[in-house]
Amino acid sequence: MNPIQPTLFRQALCTAALALWVPLAWAQGTVYVSSEKDDALTLIDTGTLTVKGTIATCKRARHVQLTPDRKLMVACTDSNAADLIDLATGKSLRRVPLGDEPEAFDISPDGKTVYVSNEDAGEASFIDFASGKVLRTVKVGGEPEGVKLSADGKTLYVTSEVASLVHVIDTASGKVLKNIKAGKRPRRMAFNAGGTELWVTNELDASLSIIDTAKQEVVGTIKFEVKGARAEDISPVGIQMTRDGKRAFVALGRANHVAFVDVASRKVTNLVLVGKRAWNVALDKAEARLYVVNGLSDDITVVDVAAAKAIKSIPVGRVPYGLVVVE
Amino acid sequence: MRLRHTLAGLCMLALLPGGAQAAVLKATLIVPQDDSRLERSRAERAYLGHPTGPAANGLAVALEEGQFELDAAGSSVALSNAEAATLEAARAAAVAAEKAGAAVLLTDLPEAWTLAVADAVKLPVLNIGNAADSLRQQDCRARLFHLPPSERMRADALAQLLVSRKWSKVLLLAGPSPADQQRAATAQASLRRYGLQVVATKAFKLSADPRERALANPVLLTGGQTYDVVWVVDSDGEFARLVPYGTSLPRPVVGDAGLVALGWHAQFERFGAPQVARRFAKAHKRPMTAHDWSAWLAGKMLVALATTQPKGPNAAWAQALAKTTVDGSKGTTLSLRPWDGQLRQPLLLTDGQGVVAQAPVEGLLHPRNVLDTLGVDEPEKLCKAPR
Repeated sequence: MNPIQPTLFRQALCTAALALWVPLAWAQGTVYVSSEKDDALTLIDTGTLTVKGTIATCKRARHVQLTPDRKLMVACTDSNAADLIDLATGKSLRRVPLGDEPEAFDISPDGKTVYVSNEDAGEASFIDFASGKVLRTVKVGGEPEGVKLSADGKTLYVTSEVASLVHVIDTASGKVLKNIKAGKRPRRMAFNAGGTELWVTNELDASLSIIDTAKQEVVGTIKFEVKGARAEDISPVGIQMTRDGKRAFVALGRANHVAFVDVASRKVTNLVLVGKRAWNVALDKAEARLYVVNGLSDDITVVDVAAAKAIKSIPVGRVPYGLVVVE
Repeated sequence: MRLRHTLAGLCMLALLPGGAQAAVLKATLIVPQDDSRLERSRAERAYLGHPTGPAANGLAVALEEGQFELDAAGSSVALSNAEAATLEAARAAAVAAEKAGAAVLLTDLPEAWTLAVADAVKLPVLNIGNAADSLRQQDCRARLFHLPPSERMRADALAQLLVSRKWSKVLLLAGPSPADQQRAATAQASLRRYGLQVVATKAFKLSADPRERALANPVLLTGGQTYDVVWVVDSDGEFARLVPYGTSLPRPVVGDAGLVALGWHAQFERFGAPQVARRFAKAHKRPMTAHDWSAWLAGKMLVALATTQPKGPNAAWAQALAKTTVDGSKGTTLSLRPWDGQLRQPLLLTDGQGVVAQAPVEGLLHPRNVLDTLGVDEPEKLCKAPR
């Protein structure tokens, strides 16, 4: 008897078992990926890890996240607005004006106010979600990017790529309370579990700055190193932490890797090779899979978190930017 | 502009706690009076690699966008402008600026004038408009820094692209001016470095005289041999514009027309470059050229320097300047080479419509910094001035 056959058979069995098992372990879900060039979101089925459709959006879709009432909000830089998409129908309910050239945004816990970075004007805008009226604009450093609101909604953090600052803004008064010097070209931010620390990626510094939110100052820096890549090829952008705040996942841009960071020790535990210019990341609900958007290979990489291994790459739209996992 | 930044500095002085002094960085920009490069008929041609407006425009954009950072650091930049009609006037302007307390000089001047300025003062000088290799090599100076890519860097960038495309047989066309002869020699050095073959070198002449047509007609100049690509060296720009689509064989043209290696192009789409180009176009009603980028970067360096607030006399600014790194919206942090004061930077290869490729080309390796594959590298030791 040919000795190869049983192996093949076993493999086939395993594959069949996996195929059956996967949909059970990963509840029906969808990853929505924005694209800067296609004006459309690509929808990926989290069970089969295949593209199941697209939704047309406003122009040059970038930052995308869920609203408190679970609508999908996608900010479009060239439309000066966001599309508010109903998840059930996949249709845009309305456009929310976001001021000129919006890049990233955050939403108040009560869902009433949108905070947005307007990159050409060098402003952060406070926008009334219902009416779309601009409530206030706050002058910040050039090319503002990341926007993050504290859990209580009282403090807004905005990064400026040109000034290499993190602006701390009081949402009640609109006053800039403090400008914190970060590394070169600070981009995205994530809070730890208690909100006591804000982690900020520095694109041109191969690093991440840790800000103590009580002292409002940088208390630590994590330098990223990737074997075979020089510091100038490591450009961290996207970041997400697990719900318990124990691990952080950082996309390292041109280094084409994602770093897993142990938050307590501030040490990189794993580096996972993904696609070209890893840009933004999102965990699924079980925190078992990490989805990574690759801006220059027009695909996303699905990473198995436990194994710290890429398991699949899926082609999406042109110049993909951000993503949201909805389960 | 000067008044505004000085005022901003004074305001910060009042705000700072404990009577700490706000750091004011004084700088002076010296440019030619009645700059022939900017005469309307020339500027309107907008030959690739040529300036289309004054250096002050780029500086203004950089200082404007840096204002928030300066305010946050309690620093300010006071920039003044001087125009010089002659080499002597440029030297006098430099001396006057040093006396007035300038810590940094910026120049957009011919080679000899640039050297006269650098030799007249003990200040760091930022060259923002001159690409001559001589300033980085035999005529280099310890305190002279260069923000535009050198001619050698531009030639290396093109040579790298030719290697990556396997366009290895090059027909070189060179103009009659001394600058063209020098730049043709630079092109040859780059071609040698990358193992490309020059099948022939031909002199051209801008002329409509039928008796000179063998020198003036691109079809005749490019006939009678085979080649993969035509490299045209034309510092003036008028002849080069006739070469693409004017060759005897259907081959691409590079150099001063066709595909050109530049420090910047307004159509560059990545690394936040569109925002910079948009800010510039909004402020000055013209597309941002490579020359404008160098001037803008000079402003970025002044802002970066001012916010570091080195303690002590002007010498402290000079030391800090050599170590200053800046974000030029080209995807990587840019620094000054210690061996010749040249700014390391990626170059953009453009046909004028958009950015076709970047250099260093992907896959090229270097023992320390891949950006150092462009231009004269440290072991060549072509700049002898001690730093």
